[in-house]
Amino acid sequence: MELWFTENHTENVKFSIQIDRQLYSSQSDFQRIDIFLSNEFGRFLTLDGYMMLTEKDEFIYHEMMVHVPMAVHPTVRRVLVIGGGDGGTARELIRYQTIEQIDVVEIDEEVVSACKQHLRQTACGFDDERIHLYYEDGLKYVRRYEDVYDLILVDSTDPFGPGEGLFTKEFYGNCFKALKSDGIMVNQHESPFYPNDAMAMQRAHKRIVNSFPISKVYQAHIPTYPSGHWLFGFASKQYHPLSNHDADRWKAFGIQTRYYNEQLHRGAFALPNYVEEMLEKVER
Amino acid sequence: MLDQSRAPILEALEKMKIDRLVPFDVPGHKHGKGNPDLTRFLGEQCLMVDVNSMKMLDNLCHPVSVIKEAEDIAAEAFGAAHAYFMVGGTTSAVQSMVLSVCKRGDKIILPRNVHRSVINIMILCGAIPVYVNPDMNHVLGIALGMRLSEVEKAIAENPDAKAVLVNNPTYYGICSNLKGITDLAHAHGMKVLVDEAHGTQFYFDRDLPITAMEAGADMAAVSMHKSGGSLTQSSFLLIGPKMSEGHVRQIINITQTTSGSYLLMSSLDISRRNLALHGQEVFDKVKDMVEYARREINLIGDYYAYSKELVNGDSVYDFDITKLSVNTLPVGLAGIEVYDLLRDEYDIQTEFGDLGNVLAYVSVGDRPRDIERLVSALAEIRRLYKRDSSSLMTAEYINPRVLYSPQDAFYSDKQALPIEQCENAVCAEFVMCYPPGIPILAPGELITRDILDYIVYAKEKGCSMTGPEDMMLGKLNVMKGIRSAAHSGLENRA
Repeated sequence: MELWFTENHTENVKFSIQIDRQLYSSQSDFQRIDIFLSNEFGRFLTLDGYMMLTEKDEFIYHEMMVHVPMAVHPTVRRVLVIGGGDGGTARELIRYQTIEQIDVVEIDEEVVSACKQHLRQTACGFDDERIHLYYEDGLKYVRRYEDVYDLILVDSTDPFGPGEGLFTKEFYGNCFKALKSDGIMVNQHESPFYPNDAMAMQRAHKRIVNSFPISKVYQAHIPTYPSGHWLFGFASKQYHPLSNHDADRWKAFGIQTRYYNEQLHRGAFALPNYVEEMLEKVER
Repeated sequence: MLDQSRAPILEALEKMKIDRLVPFDVPGHKHGKGNPDLTRFLGEQCLMVDVNSMKMLDNLCHPVSVIKEAEDIAAEAFGAAHAYFMVGGTTSAVQSMVLSVCKRGDKIILPRNVHRSVINIMILCGAIPVYVNPDMNHVLGIALGMRLSEVEKAIAENPDAKAVLVNNPTYYGICSNLKGITDLAHAHGMKVLVDEAHGTQFYFDRDLPITAMEAGADMAAVSMHKSGGSLTQSSFLLIGPKMSEGHVRQIINITQTTSGSYLLMSSLDISRRNLALHGQEVFDKVKDMVEYARREINLIGDYYAYSKELVNGDSVYDFDITKLSVNTLPVGLAGIEVYDLLRDEYDIQTEFGDLGNVLAYVSVGDRPRDIERLVSALAEIRRLYKRDSSSLMTAEYINPRVLYSPQDAFYSDKQALPIEQCENAVCAEFVMCYPPGIPILAPGELITRDILDYIVYAKEKGCSMTGPEDMMLGKLNVMKGIRSAAHSGLENRA
């Protein structure tokens, strides 16, 4: 007997993982949540059938989302995570003793409880007294704050389904408002490869460029996401991701990483020509 | 009691599909087979039921079987003596109401903020409008309902009028004292016609304002395709027990197509069934979403999403809380400017923006997260675009001076004058600020300086002016050789 999880990366491309068994399945108020066990990737979480993370490669995504801005901003005290119900982003954040408060706003409480039960590798990020969990729409949460956060991490799903509001101009604008005058926003920025993902990527970039004075894009290699080539957005009011990159200060934190390092920080902002062209097209 | 879980037109169409009828009749696309591109676009299911009237499907012009049955069930759902399936929009339902009770020279009492369809039909039938000054809310810049005392005055001054027409509610959700007006009109032998283009939900939610049929009105035009969920252009015309079913059918058939669309009719049938069975639940959800949106929008600051607090017992006798109207003036932006920003910058399409307000249409098809987007976008527009509001103008009610009947003016000898030369001439066509399509000038009315100023300002703010023959509104058609009120036709006669 063979059990396979399959996600369509495009109408013509399928990505499949052989499953040992299904650990969790539930239809929440917002989406269908599944957690599977596989030989190759360990446990993995899908929402509405779309891959969110696997135990094997989630470190790449979470390290790149957190450590890049942390190596640029000199004094991050208060952080807002939008989405991130699996806890992986929180896990990387709590490694910084200098951070005082981490607010995690996840729309779907069931994602958090499912991960706490079956995905301890990431959900352990919630085991810290600096973490405050709020179960509500990120778009609504961020609307109410002004000049409060040093760092906002948009750890969202895709621009359709419950996360679609997190790819809108009003959301990025509200994040700008909620950030302090030297704040940074990093967001999950989709992929440049397949046309539908690339369109979402360009739309998001256009909207961020319109909202922030500094808006750069960096990349990482995430094997279980469509095409494996994934982007992050770095939007900032003041700090430039390269000219304000302080490798020595970051090394002083003494944080061990498996993917991120200081050379990679600089290299990640060097994008392929075709990606640069896509970005330039919407910057004009 | 008829069975509201039935949908006779839907059932007949389903049966027709099973019978695999060979079509040697129109439409020529023959269940879609003759037009593959269209079939691919709209779907085979859809083309399969785009058929003509036939024995098993009845005939909209003369219903005797399934359409009749469906109309009877609908009538019961709406508490009407009879319900007609309409396929020419609520425009056709409104016009059939006027044609059913007015002929050439007959007067009809109505508020100025009527839909354009009402005045258009007066060009055809020759009825004469008697406008009741609607009360204005000057802070919001919106026309309210008719005061009972104003209707009373109009009736006293025009005892020969044949009917009173009432909006229930207005686009913004404002209701007049419908029961009071109906009783008053009936006491003077006048019919009561109700434009319920924005009031379908009243029939299916016990907490919303009174319906035309409950109030005892004689006719009502109900836009099922707005809050009711049926296809665009489908509508119901309802009548009370004092109207002749056959006479109204004759009137409808004067202007309605003889090829009534079964797509539209089945959508009415299915939507009526849905609301009759689940309407309360549907509109409870809508009310919750709108109430939430109103609270959140009012928390942003400057914006004012209004509701029942406007109720004053007279010109705002009741308020439809399913409507989400937002006054934008304190933000320093005209409603139409916010409307444009929402669409162009935030990909959010609202129903309309006028000079002071923007209206978002919320229905059961909306999701809470869409409401969050709307609220957040409004918050962003305030943060990024807020400016001084002192230069903004609001809609002013300009009392129309009707000098000729719309028909006489429209068919008179006309000349096209540059708009700046039109002061004191008599208009021979419409000028409407669209949306919502309420006339600034109707045929037969005196063109004043105030009206010309308003047209220039509204154009500048980006409202689209519709109606005139010259679509750019550089010129206006006026009655030839008539320059001032001194030559008035109707006023001299009166």
